[in-house]
Amino acid sequence: MLSLLTKSLKRFHIGGIHPPENKLSEGAVIKDLELPKSVNIPISQHIGAPAKVVVERGDMVKVGQVIATHEGFVSSNIHASVSGKVGKIDKLMDSSGFKRVAINIRTKGDDWDESVDRTDTLIKDIPYSSEEIVKKIMEAGVVGQGGAAFPSHVKLTVPEGKHVDTLVVNGVECEPYLTADHRLMLEKPHEVMVGTQILMKSLGVKRAIIGIENNKRDAIDLMSEISNDYPGIEVEALKVQYPQGGEKQLIEAVLGKEVPSGGLPADVGVIVHNVGTIYSMYLAVQKNQPLVERVVTVTGSDVAKPSNLRVRIGTPVNELIYAAGGLPDNTGKVISGGPMMGKALNDITVPIAKATSGILMIPEEVSIREKVYPCVQCGKCISVCPMGLEPRLLMNLSIHKNHEEAKAEHAMDCLECGSCSYICPSNRPILDYIRMSKSKLKKMAS
Amino acid sequence: MSLILSTILVLVSLGAAAAIILYFVSQKFKVEEDPRLEQVEGALPATNCGGCGFPGCSAFANELLKADEIGNLHCPVGGNEVMKQVAEILGKEVEEKDPFIAVVKCAGSIGVRQHFNVYDGAPNCSIATDLYSGERGCADGCVGLGECVDACDFDAMYMDEHTGLPVVIEDKCTACNACVNTCPKDIMALWPKGKKDRRIYVACVNEEKGGSARKECSMACSGCAKCADECKYDAITVENNLAKIDYDTCKLCGKCVVACDVRNIVADHFKPETLDKLATKRDARLEKEKEERIAARKAEKEAAKKAKEEGNTQTDKTEE
Repeated sequence: MLSLLTKSLKRFHIGGIHPPENKLSEGAVIKDLELPKSVNIPISQHIGAPAKVVVERGDMVKVGQVIATHEGFVSSNIHASVSGKVGKIDKLMDSSGFKRVAINIRTKGDDWDESVDRTDTLIKDIPYSSEEIVKKIMEAGVVGQGGAAFPSHVKLTVPEGKHVDTLVVNGVECEPYLTADHRLMLEKPHEVMVGTQILMKSLGVKRAIIGIENNKRDAIDLMSEISNDYPGIEVEALKVQYPQGGEKQLIEAVLGKEVPSGGLPADVGVIVHNVGTIYSMYLAVQKNQPLVERVVTVTGSDVAKPSNLRVRIGTPVNELIYAAGGLPDNTGKVISGGPMMGKALNDITVPIAKATSGILMIPEEVSIREKVYPCVQCGKCISVCPMGLEPRLLMNLSIHKNHEEAKAEHAMDCLECGSCSYICPSNRPILDYIRMSKSKLKKMAS
Repeated sequence: MSLILSTILVLVSLGAAAAIILYFVSQKFKVEEDPRLEQVEGALPATNCGGCGFPGCSAFANELLKADEIGNLHCPVGGNEVMKQVAEILGKEVEEKDPFIAVVKCAGSIGVRQHFNVYDGAPNCSIATDLYSGERGCADGCVGLGECVDACDFDAMYMDEHTGLPVVIEDKCTACNACVNTCPKDIMALWPKGKKDRRIYVACVNEEKGGSARKECSMACSGCAKCADECKYDAITVENNLAKIDYDTCKLCGKCVVACDVRNIVADHFKPETLDKLATKRDARLEKEKEERIAARKAEKEAAKKAKEEGNTQTDKTEE
């Protein structure tokens, strides 16, 4: 404790904010949610090409069976998350806000694929080679569970000409309200450690650092204690600051290295993975268990029982809300993800996807956007931008449809953390406009 | 006194010297400019809307001077009159082109589309479109935030409060394409203005299956192809559950308009009586066809019965 007082904690140095943490479900032990009557599993839950459906209506499937295979390298397998009969395969509203193809499965029993080891025993030995690990992770359809849902096997394949020497594990969970990763570190610390070792072996790195924000003291203490048994893994306590969970911010906080504009973490010899992803990788490699369930925080200021639930992919959101004590009467928005980067759902029957980290119900008076006033040129958005951009300028360029100029001002570096919109005293929808520039630029490029 | 005098003298001589230098410099570095350029620019409407495909009227004038053939260049704002003037100045030839106008290809007004949620983000159609499928049913339909109205340089559009859809003011629209380029849902389109301002187009862009499209918007095109059946000129094609009218082949007969179940084929400036007449004609024809069909079926049945009876008598005979 004394060392804490004397040593100042590491953090990233450009911008950042500190919104109220509101970690209401911090103490809630992860509980299994009852199996839903039916699930709708979207075939596009990841960045990259949608998976190709390989089952037909009426087929009987087991839990863990592949129901859609990856199309190309940047894509991911999709597995049945419940056992039962395949129903309609049709376009359906999902958490992205658009109608996309999803596979319906009506639950019948809980019949797992024979190859999956469902016991809780910890397997520490890693008898697999690097290629085998990547293949197993690819087969298991593991994607980044921090929010972006980038297929993990792609990240594990280091681009040619780049050398990676450090693995950074993201246990920051800087979003307010969310506690899924926190609970995972408390309840499955050894699994996370072994998962980290698997990754270190696969990448051939000797050093791994687990970055955890200082509002999770219990997790930091526990992980530091057991890290002695796992050579090469260090635990780093970080000062609480949003958006420390951003890849580039975390690297800067932990290692003091800056990823160049438009570059990848591999450019500075680092690979970053989220704690939840690492746990899934452990399950995939050691237990042969594909990504069919994940921990989701269900929370909100007026929610009766803020909880952390282990749910099957494809479970309708309303079942989670029901398990947490129902939808509060004053709810204005139901958000998938955290309050800062999450997305409001336009329908609460949409399925949980691989990247859904939380379901947040916020009261109407808080959720409504406030009246927009003219920009007063105060520069607050510039001072909080973690990428060192000029959000005010980017917004104006976007309003005037000058997207080329916005690109020159590094609009594409924006990580959409929303700090600028959060801090703006005139309630200007800065991020909305920057996002428009980004999407127009992406369209122009393709 | 002498101070004032000397000041004036110095300033005047300085001015004179500068004028002389400037005169020679301007002679020396004179830019040769085609005198017709100014004339052409004068003839153009100077709206700088970009409807011709060039950034501004000046750039268009330059392009007109450079081009050998100006038949494919056209100023939609000035129309045929301005192009004729330009052709006279340049001594080139232009074809007369049919004037176009912007049309709204969505009839999903507030009343006919279910309202699911409230969007309170930045009031911009592109932002809302990137974010999700929208407040109302039908992900393809009008967002209703009026980005097209903002894009219009000619005040030729406004949002109708009651329908939530944009409206084009026909007299002001110059067919500059700004709204078409802006609309993220591609519901704005340019259409020939037509004889006596008459034009026919399908006011729907939804390509979903008929059933689900209708569930979300009661005006949606279900792709039933009744209009295509009615068209004698093959101007209507139904692709991806959506009817499309080819304006080059369309003869503006109006028969498809009355064939549509939801009357979502818009017929601008057609007399209601004409359409009513077409509708009664079609109904009468359908009624007649139906009767004929019934009669044919009856005849068929009777024939079959007869054949059966005959067959029976035959078998009876053989049995005997």
